[in-house]
Amino acid sequence: MQQSIQRIMALAIKELLAVLKDKRSRIVLVGPPILQLLVFGYAATFDLNDVAIAVYNEDRSAASRELVAHVVNSPNFTLHGYLENEHQITPLIDNRDVLVVMHIGPRFSADLLNGRSANVQLLIDGRNSNTALLVQGYISNIVSDFNLDWARRHDLPPPPATVTVRPWFNANLVSRWFIVPGLVGVLSMVITTIVTALSVAREREAGTFDQLLVTPLRPIEILIGKSFPGVLIGVLEGSFILAMAILWFEIPLRGSLGALYLGMFFFVLSGVGVGLMISSLALTQQQGMLGAFLFMVPAIILSGFATPIENMPYAVQLLTYADPLRYFLIILRGVFLEGDSYALVSQYYWPMALIALVTLSFAAWLFRHRMN
Amino acid sequence: MTNRPALIFEDVSRSFGADDTAVKALHNISFSAQPGKICGLIGPDGAGKTTTMRIAAGLLLPDSGRLQVLGIDVVESPLQTQAAVGYMPQRFGLYEDLSVQENLDLYADLQGVGLQQRRARYEELMHMTNLAPFTRRLAGQLSGGMKQKLGLACSLVRTPRFLLLDEPTAGVDPVSRRELWAIIYRLVKQQGISVLLSTAYLDEAERCDDIVLMHEGHILEQGSPRHFSADMRGRTFHVNTPSLRKRILLRRLSTVPGILDAVVDNENVRVITRDTTAPQFAAAFNDITDLHVNAAEPIFEDAFVARLKHWQPGNQSALELRAKTKAANEAVIEVNSVQKRFGDFFAVKDISFSVMRGEVFGLLGANGAGKSTTFRMLCGLLPATSGELTVAGRDLRRAAADARSRLGYMAQRFSLYADLTVSQNLNFFASAYGLNRRQRKQRIDWALETFDLAEHANTGSGNLPLGYKQRMALAAALLHDPDILFLDEPTSGVDPLARREFWQRINALAESGITVLVTTHFMAEADYCDRLVIMAEGEALAQGTPAELKARFRSAETPDPGMEDAFINLIEGRKQERAGI
Amino acid sequence: MTPAAATRMRLRAMIRKESLQVLRDPSSIAIAFVLPVLLLLLFGYGVSLDAKHVRIALVVDLADANTASLSGAFQHSEYFLPVSYQNIQQAEHSLQAHEVDGIVWLRNDFSARLLLGDEAPIGVFVNGVNANQARITQGYIEGVWHTWLASYAREHGHEFKLPVVLQPRIWFNPAVDSRNFLVPGLIAIIMTLTGAMLTSMVVAREWERGTMEALMVTPIRIWEITVGKLVPYFVLGMGGMLFTVAMALFLFKVPLRGSFLVLTGASALYMMVALGMGLLISTIARSQFVAGQIALVATFLPAFILSGFLFQISSMPEVVQLITHIVPARYFVAILQTVFLAGDIWPVLLGNSLALLIMMLVFLGIARRNAHKRLD
Repeated sequence: MQQSIQRIMALAIKELLAVLKDKRSRIVLVGPPILQLLVFGYAATFDLNDVAIAVYNEDRSAASRELVAHVVNSPNFTLHGYLENEHQITPLIDNRDVLVVMHIGPRFSADLLNGRSANVQLLIDGRNSNTALLVQGYISNIVSDFNLDWARRHDLPPPPATVTVRPWFNANLVSRWFIVPGLVGVLSMVITTIVTALSVAREREAGTFDQLLVTPLRPIEILIGKSFPGVLIGVLEGSFILAMAILWFEIPLRGSLGALYLGMFFFVLSGVGVGLMISSLALTQQQGMLGAFLFMVPAIILSGFATPIENMPYAVQLLTYADPLRYFLIILRGVFLEGDSYALVSQYYWPMALIALVTLSFAAWLFRHRMN
Repeated sequence: MTNRPALIFEDVSRSFGADDTAVKALHNISFSAQPGKICGLIGPDGAGKTTTMRIAAGLLLPDSGRLQVLGIDVVESPLQTQAAVGYMPQRFGLYEDLSVQENLDLYADLQGVGLQQRRARYEELMHMTNLAPFTRRLAGQLSGGMKQKLGLACSLVRTPRFLLLDEPTAGVDPVSRRELWAIIYRLVKQQGISVLLSTAYLDEAERCDDIVLMHEGHILEQGSPRHFSADMRGRTFHVNTPSLRKRILLRRLSTVPGILDAVVDNENVRVITRDTTAPQFAAAFNDITDLHVNAAEPIFEDAFVARLKHWQPGNQSALELRAKTKAANEAVIEVNSVQKRFGDFFAVKDISFSVMRGEVFGLLGANGAGKSTTFRMLCGLLPATSGELTVAGRDLRRAAADARSRLGYMAQRFSLYADLTVSQNLNFFASAYGLNRRQRKQRIDWALETFDLAEHANTGSGNLPLGYKQRMALAAALLHDPDILFLDEPTSGVDPLARREFWQRINALAESGITVLVTTHFMAEADYCDRLVIMAEGEALAQGTPAELKARFRSAETPDPGMEDAFINLIEGRKQERAGI
Repeated sequence: MTPAAATRMRLRAMIRKESLQVLRDPSSIAIAFVLPVLLLLLFGYGVSLDAKHVRIALVVDLADANTASLSGAFQHSEYFLPVSYQNIQQAEHSLQAHEVDGIVWLRNDFSARLLLGDEAPIGVFVNGVNANQARITQGYIEGVWHTWLASYAREHGHEFKLPVVLQPRIWFNPAVDSRNFLVPGLIAIIMTLTGAMLTSMVVAREWERGTMEALMVTPIRIWEITVGKLVPYFVLGMGGMLFTVAMALFLFKVPLRGSFLVLTGASALYMMVALGMGLLISTIARSQFVAGQIALVATFLPAFILSGFLFQISSMPEVVQLITHIVPARYFVAILQTVFLAGDIWPVLLGNSLALLIMMLVFLGIARRNAHKRLD
């Protein structure tokens, strides 16, 4: 037993040294995560700022000007210009000069003052339909406020029922609050998978794996020794990104940090399992890299990182149950934004533990049975 | 034909790497190669042979110095040079997914050989290389020797005036090597081509007209083979005695004053003395009455070793080992009709042998003969398709961990962790073999001292010269004091001095009772083994002691056959046998 | 033989050699065809930004005809999957446990205030964690409310009018199907990946197998090697492109409003840019492993995030917006989304094509300058 621990320790230290001493892997560990965190954190947002808008106002009344002012003064929009005639609309949208044109007809103020509904046409570039929907949503919010205000000022009967929407957990609906906690999961998965996916393949290529197999190390000892650096580096890297998320991006952490770390441990372990499995299947580092890529891309896409799982076809949704990232993302967002603690996230621990168990056992079996 | 040299190097230098870590590969070398002759670049790995070749082909620029090929300034007009020379890189760039014919067509097109000339040229080349029956076969499916011949053919599609061959015979079996040489001779003789050829096989030096001896980026000397051996005259002897085993004789001889080098050569020990004064054999061997000492005909290798030892004096620290208990005639390794199939390809066909305790047992054969596969099956790294293998009574593939702790293993290419330092490597393996803290320290100190690694203890092992890597790998395999030692191609790529040193250590190990199983493709090394198996294409052609094997082929023409003669005879015998069936 | 004839012969030999290798090596076919299909299927089916069948909890404190008609409006909307809850505590618990994404709560005074015309509140809570989804959900809920309000006013003869009514018209994609813009964008990403990976890895393969050394000592010129490699992989890459376009049109039913010719032309231009990037990478990386990694990091990720394929460029911080200008995929994504959904709009096509042309020349130029017919 003591000998076994000694052997495992020796292997773990060797693995850690091998990762840290290789210049290339040191760069892989530090550079890309920071870069990706910054780029994703800032660029990957669905919130709209400075949307170019053009206004074609045929009704030059104070009322219409007030409405226009509400829209163009919003931080979400930037005024591209006022149009003089209808023919200017099409080329502006076609050429992507503006994303939306607001067209106020000549009878606008007349209708408004006479108690008829005044129509405002919104012409939106739908080439990116998500953006189009959001633009529509932003403007309709502004118009709703305008309506309430108008009704109050002109003693019009208010609408019989109104909707008051209160978003929970993210009152201002900031995309970044959604994306950045997700990045903790995505980036720590990328790191653990890459660190471990090459660890056996690299030894196979260098011929040292044979050397390892003829020592008294048992497969289970090799497995534990090789898992160690992956888990350590994964948790450290995850902690670093976690700190960045809280301190740099100022995402509120409302729940239990312990529950999050427990989840991170199981998640990193399952990432290590997948990585080692790929690694023992691969005969060369190149195959290991390809395998890691083939695992990571679907794992990220199907995890609910950027798009909700509920929107996927049923068959694809079933597939997501095998994705460890799916569970960790729920834990991350739950703990960060929803203030969850152990009780609410405990149901997501065991699927990751199960994935880790299956992949690690398979990897250990492969050590000896994958030869030639 | 003019007498202008085919190649002139003047003060050519070249380094690699960034400024602070630059490694100088060539130090101001100057030499020339005569037209219509074969000039051999000879030296161990890392001597700068390949760099010289590449500079001559215009593939690398020299840092300083001038060079001309066939009167063309290579640096000024590389394209013109490349149009005039033929070049065969070390791993010839055959496209393995193209057929033999497609490879030839490609190079004929690239060299601008006209369609009319092509047919005759192809016929000639195919005839010369005996590849005619295989034109439709993919290059990747040719044997190692055939690949080299195809590579040569490709660099000859348009008769070059100057041919550069970078280690054309490396790793090729002796039969193919003879064929390649025959082709080169014919080219020089019939077409007057000049050849610059590099090789790490010292016995091939004898076949060149002119030799440039290189070491660590310097040219030590240039001259004809005869010139090299001439000043060894009177310094080479064959020593043998029936009363001592070769191994012991060798060890004792190397301690005799005045002896520069001793090496097992066939059934004798070959001795080189420091100068022409004959050493006092009688005084050193006063306990032996039947010591035979004969003057031997000097060969190039003698000269090479003498010069290299002068250049880098070797170290001869003795290997101290605890003697193992010896139980004579106990088979430690047994292999019983073992086969290994990959797909429908038999890498090993029905092989059987057994190794006794304390024996040095060799697996001899060319690359691809099935040595490494057999070896890996023995170590439990590969499952056998059929048959039985036992090491110390157990199948290592199923053996418990402690069974593995009784054997040492040294992989091909000395595979240790390149990113780790020497002492980190040793520490890891010591722990992996379960040594406790005290034992670890003791054994590592022992290894660092015995293998002269102390000053490199904190060097990254990837940066060590090959000879040191080999020593470190051997040290790592011996840390836990194993009973059985597996060595896979332990000497490939290592220079002759390191090889000698290595075999001395192996001898000492065997003397102390360790059983050694070793694979090699150097025919001459077979003489160090007690018994061996000769393998080709997955089959065991013969087994026995070196003397027995060689004796089978003693004839009037070869009264004193070497292992290479035995090997070639065995291969050709098998070919005839097959043709007969 | 004239020099021109010799050049032709060498070029032909290189192209033939590369083509034979492509045919015999399944890995290039896999990169050109299998990888695109997998990615397209994965993204096409796995990524959708539309919120359909949003699970909401309906809590009605006091049921009557009015609340029934409002509940009915939610039940009939294709966007919602409403589930009724007895009280708000249960519903809130459900929201916390992710069983529903939002709550619509009609308090017990709803009908009373409705009759008084006193802005009867419809309480809505949405899970704001996924801000984008929350916004879209919010928009849908307001849509249901508007429709219900209009029909309520009609039925009760109320003379209720909203002062300003928006009439949005979403051009090019009136059904607002996110697949219609995701799939064309994906074609850009897939072409980036295959183009850059194919060339960088085949050149690296020649270095690894030692064939480059043998090629270099023949009289072949460096540009001949380059052209000899570009031609077959261009053809292969374009084959992959046509295949993905066919999948987009027939499997994902994305409309193609512009002309096929323009699409092919722009794709050919972009393919050259991607191959140029691959060549540039290959002058740096001499092992397939390194080349593949650089191709992934330097081309795939930027194409994914910074091209405007998914995220609106104009909403990014200034610095990031500047960086997007050197991401070639940005221009191609603009072209693709326009040609597929809007048609042949020349100002968009020409401007972006010009940018691509410049990038192609820059990449090929640098690659040419960096490539020596030497080993160092």
